[in-house]
Amino acid sequence: MVNLVPVPVMLTFFGAAIALLFPRRPRVQRAISVGALLGVAVLAAVFIVFTDREGPLALWIGDWPVPLGIVLVADRLSALMLLVASIVALSVLVFSTGQDSDEVRRETPVSIFHPTFLLLMAGISNAFLAGDLFNMFVGFEIFLFASYVLLTLGGTKERIRAGTTYVIVSLLSSTLFLTSLAAIYAATGTVNMAQLSLRLAELSPPVQLLLQSMLLTTFAIKAAVFPLSSWLPDSYPTAPAPVTAVFAGLLTKVGIYAIIRTQTVLFPDSPLTGLLMVAALLTMVLGILGALAQVEIKRMLSFTLVSHLGYMVFGISLASHDGLSATIYYTAHHITIQAALFLVTGLIERRGGTTSLDGLGGLLKTSPLLALLFFVPAMNLGGIPPLSGFLGKVGLLEAGAAHGGWLAWVVMAGGILTSLLTLMAMAKVWNRAFWGTAPAPATAQGSSSGHGSTSGHDGQPPVDDQRRMPPLMVFATSVLIAFSLALTVLAGPLYAYAERAADSIRGANYVTAVLPEGVR
Amino acid sequence: MTADLTIAITAGVLVACGVYLILERSLTRILLGVIIASNGVNLLFLVASGEPGRPPLSNLWGADAIADPLPQAMVLTAIVITMAVTAFVLALAYRSFQLGGHDEVADDVEDARIRALAEADEQSDSYEDSTFSDTGEDSVSE
Repeated sequence: MVNLVPVPVMLTFFGAAIALLFPRRPRVQRAISVGALLGVAVLAAVFIVFTDREGPLALWIGDWPVPLGIVLVADRLSALMLLVASIVALSVLVFSTGQDSDEVRRETPVSIFHPTFLLLMAGISNAFLAGDLFNMFVGFEIFLFASYVLLTLGGTKERIRAGTTYVIVSLLSSTLFLTSLAAIYAATGTVNMAQLSLRLAELSPPVQLLLQSMLLTTFAIKAAVFPLSSWLPDSYPTAPAPVTAVFAGLLTKVGIYAIIRTQTVLFPDSPLTGLLMVAALLTMVLGILGALAQVEIKRMLSFTLVSHLGYMVFGISLASHDGLSATIYYTAHHITIQAALFLVTGLIERRGGTTSLDGLGGLLKTSPLLALLFFVPAMNLGGIPPLSGFLGKVGLLEAGAAHGGWLAWVVMAGGILTSLLTLMAMAKVWNRAFWGTAPAPATAQGSSSGHGSTSGHDGQPPVDDQRRMPPLMVFATSVLIAFSLALTVLAGPLYAYAERAADSIRGANYVTAVLPEGVR
Repeated sequence: MTADLTIAITAGVLVACGVYLILERSLTRILLGVIIASNGVNLLFLVASGEPGRPPLSNLWGADAIADPLPQAMVLTAIVITMAVTAFVLALAYRSFQLGGHDEVADDVEDARIRALAEADEQSDSYEDSTFSDTGEDSVSE
């Protein structure tokens, strides 16, 4: 069983290599990438069942003497993240397969899309499964490189502009990550997380604080936590719809995952919880205020993405069992829902010809199905009661109340306010895009010079068949929304699982799982 | 542990130069900055590897003292990654040059829009109902 741990990474890597061999056969490429991702999803499900029953799996690659080699660890948290990530990636891939040949040429051109997409997944799986910080860094680099390529696909002017900012910010954070690794190695002589958990505790508090703040800054850039979040709303919206969906769902959450790991395993007695709480509050409130000011759906969703990351940071900052289990549940929910909303926006762009609220209207009448597809995840994001967004937020608020202290209460008030304002932003989209009357085709024409518009030439109204929604795209989006509903229906067992996961990621439990013989 | 002060200082100077260059506007200079800074960080790994002057192989000069091989392996990985970064960013800069005749990092959309609003405010004496609209067009690169 333990030998299966590296297989998700290998499957995606080999898939990418084989897909690269068939540059002119899109069908073969699709089959390979869907197959590889299905394999990852199945394996992740197996890991979930197995680790939940038998405890974490730790594989020392190459059978080196125990603390020396590279270790891959699948515990409850990483298995859950892997499962959600592969399901999101799978539906996004199916969604992109649904694009017709015209759109494929414009949005996901040439043969490199599928291999790069698989590499992105390989990097993400590697980061989730890594048992030492350097391997996690390598995972980060793999998916960052894939994301550079995906973000600048086609090399149009605006994608190059948006990609430039993204690349520079990511390079800076990578340099910072590497610097912290050097500092950590100099201080402790290891980068293995389980060993670090033991050795870091022996360092003097100022050194610990320095190392912790360096790692936190690195991951906060990746996770787009407030003072370091301004790159995100500027670079995500210009990418093709499927790419934006998978970035929004997964990339920031890898940062959140890394923060969870460092906070629980490496620095369990963190003195920075107050700082994290303030960052969480600012991320939530400022992010959602940014979203309210937008009239372009993709940009608005990018801002809500930043804003809702604040909830997860809040859960981590509580540093309690309840806070962490709520965070884990909320992360699984948020990956799904944010990707689903971006996919729906891709459908809106096809149906309405633009993603600007100025050019949309009356979609409820012209396409009730699309309205339904938007309504469910939008309400879920806003935290309307029976849905998973509400459950996650209640969990966070309960954990916050149990934690106490005026700061926690202020952040909780900010969280409720953010939830209401999210609802307001979603209501704005609903009002202007789905109600009202459809605008004259000339309005949609205004954006034809921008990205991804489907309107016709020279003020001609768009041809009707360009505005239909391909069944495969609708299917992929529905599957993702159904999965998000499953998170709601199965909330009981899932939340219990998240609680057990929060238990197994605590420093002592993690260390005994990875180093059973007690190597120091 | 005794560390090599010369290497540590050199690493610091390199990172400082790199950060200075990264703050520039031209993508090529930013790339040079990234390369210099990452070389500085690579040197930092050598500082981290412990006492300087140890042989690279065991039993070369007797006893069991050898240089720690792990930081060197990490530096190798980092060098490979920097090479890929260089290739990609150069391609990005070239594409940017092809499209716009320069490789400067553009303002973000929001900044450009707010500046346009401010300019409109300055020019008009009378009240003007300016709307804040977003058609999905990119106001920067147009």
